[in-house]
Amino acid sequence: MLRRLHSEQPDSFAFTPDNQKWAEAQVTKYPEGRQASAVIPLLWRAQEQEGWVSKPAIEYIADMLGMAYIRVLEVASFYFMFQLQPTGSVAHVQICGTTSCMICGAEDLIAVCKEKIAEKPFTLSADGKYTWEEVECLGSCTNAPMAQIGKDYFEDLTTESFTKILDDLAAGKPVVPGPQNGRYAAEPKSGLTSLTEYDSGKTQYNASAQLAVDLGDSVKRIQGDEVPILTPWIGKDGVVAGRAAEGQPPKAPEAAKPAAKQAAEAKPAPKKAPAKKAPAKKAEAAEPVAEAAPETLKAARGGQADDLKLLKGVGPKLEQTLNELGFFHFDQIAKWTEAEVAWVDSRLKFKGRIERDGWIAQAAQLASGEETEFAKKAKEDGRYED
Amino acid sequence: MLKDQDRIFTNLYGMHERTLKGAQARGHWDGTAGLIEKGRDWIIQTMKDSGLRGRGGAGFPTGLKWSFMPKESDGRPAYLVINADESEPGTCKDREIMRHDPHTLIEGALIASFAMNAHTCYIYLRGEYIREREALQAAIDECYDKGLLGKNAAGSGWDFDVFLHHGAGAYICGEETALIESLEGKKGMPRMKPPFPAGAGLYGCPTTVNNVESIAVVPTILRRGAEWFAGFGRPNNAGTKLFAISGHVNNPCVVEEAMSISFEELIEKHCGGIRGGWDNLLAVIPGGSSVPCVRGENMRDAIMDFDYLRGELGSGLGTAAVIVMDKQTDIIKAIWRLSKFYKHESCGQCTPCREGTGWMMRVMDRLVKGEAELEEIDMLWDVTKQVEGHTICALGDAAAWPIQGLIKNFREEIEDRIKAQKSGSIGAMAAE
Repeated sequence: MLRRLHSEQPDSFAFTPDNQKWAEAQVTKYPEGRQASAVIPLLWRAQEQEGWVSKPAIEYIADMLGMAYIRVLEVASFYFMFQLQPTGSVAHVQICGTTSCMICGAEDLIAVCKEKIAEKPFTLSADGKYTWEEVECLGSCTNAPMAQIGKDYFEDLTTESFTKILDDLAAGKPVVPGPQNGRYAAEPKSGLTSLTEYDSGKTQYNASAQLAVDLGDSVKRIQGDEVPILTPWIGKDGVVAGRAAEGQPPKAPEAAKPAAKQAAEAKPAPKKAPAKKAPAKKAEAAEPVAEAAPETLKAARGGQADDLKLLKGVGPKLEQTLNELGFFHFDQIAKWTEAEVAWVDSRLKFKGRIERDGWIAQAAQLASGEETEFAKKAKEDGRYED
Repeated sequence: MLKDQDRIFTNLYGMHERTLKGAQARGHWDGTAGLIEKGRDWIIQTMKDSGLRGRGGAGFPTGLKWSFMPKESDGRPAYLVINADESEPGTCKDREIMRHDPHTLIEGALIASFAMNAHTCYIYLRGEYIREREALQAAIDECYDKGLLGKNAAGSGWDFDVFLHHGAGAYICGEETALIESLEGKKGMPRMKPPFPAGAGLYGCPTTVNNVESIAVVPTILRRGAEWFAGFGRPNNAGTKLFAISGHVNNPCVVEEAMSISFEELIEKHCGGIRGGWDNLLAVIPGGSSVPCVRGENMRDAIMDFDYLRGELGSGLGTAAVIVMDKQTDIIKAIWRLSKFYKHESCGQCTPCREGTGWMMRVMDRLVKGEAELEEIDMLWDVTKQVEGHTICALGDAAAWPIQGLIKNFREEIEDRIKAQKSGSIGAMAAE
């Protein structure tokens, strides 16, 4: 299923102050440096606050967690609970359509949605109050068919009870989630067949419905002040006890840099036209040999560069670097003086390689048309051919 | 039938006190520190002796899984991750534990974590279970408040934290390595194994991922003894189990029963029988959407455990999510809906699954209408075989098996529909 950012995006996003506090509290659940773990809960809270996940919200959360925007966009588009387009002002209605619900009448509920909300899913109803979609199994199969509206499950539905719930919610009337056919939870409808001694009926509703009734936030846009923000895992001494008792997990691999940034860093420093006269810059005291710039070329003579890879110790990468510095021919290299070697060496970042591999001697041999042992082998096995 | 005093989840329906006080009155959090005092080896050995097999679907022995964790830390922390991403179609058992009997899970998390040298446990809950999250978090908060979690948890000397985390509607995150990826804040795409999570899981640390029910039964098993638990069910299929029965029974429900109960007893005792009587039973999916369906006539005497359902019927117990279909059901369409489910939920990482699930669904589309050639049934079979076993995780297999079950058991129905469509007498059939 193609999931993209909506064509019309708001200018900005910010958590409400309470939601911000809540979000910061969530991050403390994860070890240091692993705050990216909180991305799904934070995106979800953004959706609870706004009704959907917008591009500014994705960027806001990415910045908050120190993640690349694309990583958060990936998550937002991968997980189906994130609505990437505006939803109904009252609620987004999700009908479970998978097999258990389907064989118990989910298609009739979908028909109600098509009639009352919109023919197509993810489309605002005429009054803007609802959107709907068919979702995959919501895990309430013994109470089929069912729908999730806002935070709550409405179970054991019929088209009549479902229609009434939609009407009541739109009119702002209170509704009670949970089973709509007189059941309490997931027990047999005709009466308990087990655990009969525990039928104490202490609370009016099952745990889910009771919370919905107590909090009254079924279809509310969450501001963060509905319930106190608790972080019981942070002890009175400010320490997370379990985490303090264990070692640190290995560091998270460094996040990849955006391509644009990588490219900028990979580019060699702007080439200064090497001065004709050696700058003979007195290098740091540690440098035994003063550098002198050798003669360089803008391009290969006659457009025909020598195959510098035939030098032992020079691969495709180094060849490219040498070309960039202005070396294309064996005879150029063969002429290097000690000071010039030092100049090249400091630009190759391979200290001592030129001398260790004897480039100058090799280059002199190759420049005179002879073959070195290495060049012969390299040609034979075609190691640099694509 | 299992007696109430042998049931572990005594507040499954939430009719009793759901608070910590209520849980303690029902025997939970009783002598937890004493159990921990008996030591890691004793806990793991007792779990092995109890014969508990993982309740998340695969049925891997839980005690054995725990023993794969490193005995000594190499400096990295160890983690217990509880898989509460209950999304397998037909499965709705863990939800009842989390919202109505959450203390069984939290106590189990403490003991299991101790046994695996873990100071931290993450519970990964499916995103849609919002009220369940609130209920479970309230129970966790209460435990912290009473000193059952945190520093010196429950007076055991073990410092321990439970963090509730949630997903956002991806079935694939029920696969353990996808779950770990998701918990790290990424797309839920399964990892290659090895390395197995016990070696390098969450944040690159030793991790064990267990189902909610597997963990929630631990404290009771340890309190009552391995023999007590092993006394239910046939050998190798020990214990009590939550069954979730949905579809065409008179009273669908979630109920805790002994393993190896017969299908007939389960349905008659708890579900008020099949809608329209036993003669009206067409097919049963005995273990959640991923296992092949079984013809009704073979199901009546079936024994509901791992070995019988796999060995005798070529299906599986899976999560013990029983989907019952009577003769008014369009079985081809019912399985087509599962194909649609798997197509929707494929993460797209492996080509056979990403392409295959869509391919299978489109063929199923036509089989539902009968607009196909007879040869296409074999072609579809062949495609399921090309998907099965050729993917990183088991979602590819899970997508293939329901279709294989359909072709194996209901080939005639598929052929009849194709023939009827060809001869123009589809009208009466399609109305079914």
